[in-house]
Amino acid sequence: MTWTTLDTWIVATGMVTAAACALVGNFLVIRRMSLMGDAISHAVLPGIAAGFLLSGTRHPLPVFAGAVMAGLCTAFFTEWIHRKGRVEESSAMGVVFTSLFALGLVMIVRAADTVDLDPGCVLYGSIELSPLDTVAVAGLTMPRAFATGLFVLLLNAVVIGLFYKEFKITSFDPELATALGIPARRMYYLLMTLVAVTTVASFETVGSILVIAMLIVPAAAASIASVRLGRVILWSLVFAAVSAAAGHVAAITVPGWFGFIDTSTSGAMAVAAGGVFTGVLLFAPEQGLLARIRHQRALKIRVEVEDTLGQLHRWHEEYPAPGGAPGMVELAGRMAGSHVDTPRLVARLRRLRLVKPGGTDRIELTEEGRERAASVVRDHRLWERYLVDKMKLPADHVHATSEQLEHVTDPGLRRELRKAAAGADVDPHGKRIPD
Amino acid sequence: MDTGEVIDALARLLTLADHNTRVVLIGAAILGVAAGIMGSFMMLRRRAMISDVVSHAALPGIVAAFMITAGWPGGGKHLPHLLAGALISGLAGMACVHLITRYSRIKEDAALGIVLSVFFGFGVVLMGMAQRMRTGSAAGLDTFIYGKTASMLAGDAWLMAGAALVVVVVCLALFKEFRLLTFDAEFARAQGMPVHVLDGVMTALVVMVTVIGLQAVGLILMIALLIIPPSAARFWTDRLGVLVALSAAIGGFGAVTGAALSAVFPSTPAGAVIVLVCAMVFVISLVGGTRRGLARSVVRRLRLAGRMERQHLLRSLYEAIEPECPDIAAAPESSIPMVNAHDLATLRRWPLRRLQSMLRAAARDRDVSLDAWPLIRLTGPGLRHARSVVRNHRLWEWYLISHADIAASHVDRDADEIEHVLGEDMVVELERTLALAGERAVPESPHPIAAVPAGEDGR
Repeated sequence: MTWTTLDTWIVATGMVTAAACALVGNFLVIRRMSLMGDAISHAVLPGIAAGFLLSGTRHPLPVFAGAVMAGLCTAFFTEWIHRKGRVEESSAMGVVFTSLFALGLVMIVRAADTVDLDPGCVLYGSIELSPLDTVAVAGLTMPRAFATGLFVLLLNAVVIGLFYKEFKITSFDPELATALGIPARRMYYLLMTLVAVTTVASFETVGSILVIAMLIVPAAAASIASVRLGRVILWSLVFAAVSAAAGHVAAITVPGWFGFIDTSTSGAMAVAAGGVFTGVLLFAPEQGLLARIRHQRALKIRVEVEDTLGQLHRWHEEYPAPGGAPGMVELAGRMAGSHVDTPRLVARLRRLRLVKPGGTDRIELTEEGRERAASVVRDHRLWERYLVDKMKLPADHVHATSEQLEHVTDPGLRRELRKAAAGADVDPHGKRIPD
Repeated sequence: MDTGEVIDALARLLTLADHNTRVVLIGAAILGVAAGIMGSFMMLRRRAMISDVVSHAALPGIVAAFMITAGWPGGGKHLPHLLAGALISGLAGMACVHLITRYSRIKEDAALGIVLSVFFGFGVVLMGMAQRMRTGSAAGLDTFIYGKTASMLAGDAWLMAGAALVVVVVCLALFKEFRLLTFDAEFARAQGMPVHVLDGVMTALVVMVTVIGLQAVGLILMIALLIIPPSAARFWTDRLGVLVALSAAIGGFGAVTGAALSAVFPSTPAGAVIVLVCAMVFVISLVGGTRRGLARSVVRRLRLAGRMERQHLLRSLYEAIEPECPDIAAAPESSIPMVNAHDLATLRRWPLRRLQSMLRAAARDRDVSLDAWPLIRLTGPGLRHARSVVRNHRLWEWYLISHADIAASHVDRDADEIEHVLGEDMVVELERTLALAGERAVPESPHPIAAVPAGEDGR
């Protein structure tokens, strides 16, 4: 792999474009309109064709204006058909963008005699070639695609910064926004304008697949990484930039392993974004799949440990003689109903220093173990007391419920239960509630 | 192309003279029908955009199939291989959507978008490599993106038609199960139906339709065939059976008409024309649909407005003559007192012109007689009509006063709004609540009514 200035520019262009897309993409994902970017990027075709035909030149400005107009038409018609015709929103979007795309195709083919227009070339710019087309901005020579991407990124940042509160409320709860006097529909169209401008400006330079991917994937990954909108936006920018950089590196290295020179950078950037998403989906510290599995496992172990401690406590109540601790077999008999591997659990309790081996294979609670065991049984019996006294449940129906609740009782709740028990020191079955 | 050529092409088309035309039309028709059927279920399950995702997710499968088979003898761009690849990666894409929505809090639309873009990106990556392979040429793989109905080969068309037929048959065989799954999946589960299996079958059928359509109309426009016909059919009916049949008919019609048009005008891409024909049907349905069309709701609104206006007129006339004519029920028609139109206009602050047009409409329906203009007389049926309008109005007023604790001076306006939509059941219920059952008399108004002949400003 040889890294040149061109590669640096490609990565930089990819990063600013991806960040610009991800910024507005957050709001599309929140509004459940993720596919709008895809729809707009197809629906702009008639706008592009009209721009060419009306201006008669290949000058980028009329084409850009036509494309943005067509993009806005997609958003407008979708909303209008959804509202007036009571057509479900994604169906309405499907009807509008496919029809516009078909219209654009026919226009281009019919006009092919008069203008030289290749839909493939118009629709799918190529980021690999973008560093060759340079402009001078403020005395610096940079690729036109980079300048465009940077401009769109700044534009999005400024508009979203100015209307942050409005965007936030209208995206999460349009009814509330209307009640607060925020013009929800106007904000919708402002957002759609940003999406259209971003989409059109970017795919003309870097290709539509990159735009569609970057509108959705980093924002979706960010929504797993955090729940606060501000942080979600920051994460989405980070993910977008990482995907762009990793994508280009992968595009020029990975094909080499299979005997090819390189491959499409925009495609690889989209795949890299998918990789980032998968990584976040699996490894995010709170919402990630592995974290959730770990959390569930920890909860299950805690429940098993506490249930065992409870059984040991009850054993001691029945056989209060010193040294009258149960053996493995007796304990397993007690735990028979709960499908646990008793020897493994006892080993775990020993590691946690909650039990210690007594004489002749007895399992004896340590000081700390005794305390926790008493606490578990206390919560259990307080709940039984509460369910019988306050909820008026029959005494023989409350055991199973209390067995669950005892594991989720915190000190505050315990105090309240104590208060509700009004000084009673036995549970409904006449067993003593530990202090 | 001059007119003669067009006519010539049209004649050849209508007589199905060309073998190629026959093949294309039959293939397109079956594809349109299959897409129309599957699309109905997808639309009702709010999964319209699935076809968008499947058709993008098919790309890596197509290219991978090409790359794998390129080295085989006779391999390369062999349609069954490419379609098998598309089918596999399309199904894999749907499985990913399912996994993402199942195991994270990502919503379905975002999951669809993620799979769409990442799979398509992967397809582009593979394409970038395929184009540099020494064995076989990757050129032409992009017809999957734009479609090329007109150059469909007979073998391809039969393959497509066969696959589409399978879809139609399976769908009809499982119609009852699919209906339950669509409208109440929970109930279907409670009935012991294998909901997950049915869901999987339905998704597989959609993937199949989409994949076989890719070749015919292209990646983007295949989506249209699955979304537009059912969306258009929805404007005409509320019944699933009718919806599916209609949607299939629209899909078939659009496909055949589009393919035919494109055969007559050779420089138009068939896929795009098919979609535009379907879009035209959609617009017609949007405006003229008998269940949800825009025109229908406009007509209904106008009709309601007309009815409200008539009822206001009748009530004003009745209230104007009420004090002079306490025993209206028994009186002959000629003894019904007359009202001066100018007084009425002044009282209700209706412009005279508007009052005249209201009266003319009422006279057409024989509710009033205008023989003694400007004096107006209610006819016998008009009087009975007016009585029931006034009665409903006052029943509602009394109800509001006695049961909703609204002041007598405020109820007139509220009653004005509701009186027009009181059904017979509601009236009976009101009579029961107000203990007026059996009494046909018009209750007294809870508030003073401005008298017309006095001509004073009553309100």
